[in-house]
Amino acid sequence: MASVRSLMRSRLVWPLAALACLFLFNLFFTPNFFAMEVKEGHLYGNLIDIIKNAAPIMLLAIGLTLVIATRGIDISVGSVVAISAGVVAILLGGDLAGQPKYPVPVAIGAALLVSTAAGVWNGLLVSRIGMQPIIATLILFVAGRGIAMVFTNAMVIWLYVKPFAIFGQGYLLGLPFSLYLVAVMLALTALVTRRTAIGLFIEAVGINPTAARFSGINAKNMLLGVYTFTGFCAGVSGLVVCSTVMSADGNNAGNLFELDAILAVVLGGTSLNGGKFYLFGSMIGALIIQTLTTTIYAFNVPPEISQVVKALVVYAVSLLQSEKFRAKVAGVFARGRAAA
Amino acid sequence: MTRRLLESRNLSILATLALFLLMFGAGSTAFSGFFSVQNFLNLFIDNAYLLIIAVGMTFVIISGGIDLSVGSMLGLATMISASLVEKSHLNPLLVILIVLSIGTALGFFMGCLIQFFDLPPFIITLAGLYLGRGLCYVVSIDTIAISDPFFDRAAHSQIPIIGGAFLSPSAVIALVVAAVGAYVLRFTRFGRTVYAMGGNEQSALLMGLPVARTKIGIYALSGFCSALAGVVFTFYTLSGYALDGKGMELDAIATVVIGGTLLTGGVGNALGTVVGVLVYGTIQVLIVFQGTLNSWWTRIVIGFLVFVFCLLQRVFEARKGTTVVRGVSREPAAMAGH
Repeated sequence: MASVRSLMRSRLVWPLAALACLFLFNLFFTPNFFAMEVKEGHLYGNLIDIIKNAAPIMLLAIGLTLVIATRGIDISVGSVVAISAGVVAILLGGDLAGQPKYPVPVAIGAALLVSTAAGVWNGLLVSRIGMQPIIATLILFVAGRGIAMVFTNAMVIWLYVKPFAIFGQGYLLGLPFSLYLVAVMLALTALVTRRTAIGLFIEAVGINPTAARFSGINAKNMLLGVYTFTGFCAGVSGLVVCSTVMSADGNNAGNLFELDAILAVVLGGTSLNGGKFYLFGSMIGALIIQTLTTTIYAFNVPPEISQVVKALVVYAVSLLQSEKFRAKVAGVFARGRAAA
Repeated sequence: MTRRLLESRNLSILATLALFLLMFGAGSTAFSGFFSVQNFLNLFIDNAYLLIIAVGMTFVIISGGIDLSVGSMLGLATMISASLVEKSHLNPLLVILIVLSIGTALGFFMGCLIQFFDLPPFIITLAGLYLGRGLCYVVSIDTIAISDPFFDRAAHSQIPIIGGAFLSPSAVIALVVAAVGAYVLRFTRFGRTVYAMGGNEQSALLMGLPVARTKIGIYALSGFCSALAGVVFTFYTLSGYALDGKGMELDAIATVVIGGTLLTGGVGNALGTVVGVLVYGTIQVLIVFQGTLNSWWTRIVIGFLVFVFCLLQRVFEARKGTTVVRGVSREPAAMAGH
């Protein structure tokens, strides 16, 4: 009984329940939703597709969870995804024979370096100049896509470099390669934040930056760190996006990703008011979004309309997180009981 | 008088105005045919919808909030107008009335969520962004062209000003909206409450100001402005398209910031926003005249300007902070007397 109660108290229970509901719905209403088959040694099926498609958002959500825990926000991640994809595509070149202009590791390294630099820029604006996070990252949100377009000369660059395809399309031991990428990033982040005091420091900065500073935490460097890390995450996400479609489109790569990633974090139980954060919850959040999208597709609803559903989900989740709403609902129930 | 003009809040607007004059002057000397009254008026004609949205956004930002749904609400307004006029053949004026009501209602709805449940405006209007875009596709996936004579006349009529130069009806609507917005902010109880809320919502509440009503009103107003901008946008494009106004929320925020409104709330005005839109328009025209840069440079320049103006705002804030502290230490009695 005690374990059930502690489970109910865990913030993870709500996102998991939501995901379970979605799965249950699909079990009854979508034929072959859970069908899985092995083709050429790889697993194929809806569930694998969901993980594969959710990978870029999951990568972003890892970084964003930490940013949101500091009571910040980073709306530039989608643009940084486009920049990362643009850089890697330019350096690999659109050679039809698949001969890369620069070696693949160099191109990847450069893309990650540029995106991390974008993160440093955001971090400096927030921590050193003291801009509000939404504004600081708005700058790169607006300019970033322009920068990506200038990199790629406003053209879509198609890639034919075979080895690069592994990030978005490759398989390892029968599972998508991107899944391992997410797992490694998640494990490392969880290790660093939960096995050292860094996670606690991040939460402290989110709850009260002044108090955190007085208790000896270098709040400025903490902030710089989380924004830098988010830039790096966006870079990795950009590699996956670019490799999945083997092209870089400065205009559409990573479009609206920032919103999906923020939604994933919020669905996962991390509050936008900062403080406690739930990395694993954010991953579930990303899966919920992707499952929702896949479910809507399965019903032949035009994919664009799925945004209406997404909006309703956001309203519902925010209401559930609102203390005022919960108090009002509790009040209604209490009155009902009193009347009975 | 000069001292009042040089107050920090005016300084920001003066900086924007100087920037605009500098850019317009630079364009006039660099490119022949750049300097003309018509080219100046074209800034209003081509950015009428942006100005209307930005005026609504000015209210929201001064109150300390944010509205990310404006771009998609504009798109939704163009879709509904086009669909009702072309497919249901309703009277154009009735259609405009319906569209404006829908926009206001959606803004009202979001305002209620934000006020009554203490939810962050960022998330609620972000969901509004999704909702608006999604509803666009519910109306129609394809572009709907408008051939209605009323819309056609609105699109093509010219209102002469001086010496053969003219404004479009859309530009006139936008200027009226900006003037009304400036008046409401400065001279009405509603407007002053908006400033008070942005300065400190708790104090505004304790002063007995109608914070709840005003906050909901602000988002309803922003919804109304977005819908009106959508109608004006259909005058401009004569069609409804589900991707109309994509990313416009950030253009609007950028112009408001460039116009000297503080993102932390409490400071700013609608006239500054007008100048902000002029700066935005001039950058676009300059890039067109320059010819070799692709249009994406507009976004980079806008991003850079937002950076510079935010930096300026931080410097002003920091300076204001130190003077207040000094004043307190020197003559505490005088401060208490205030």
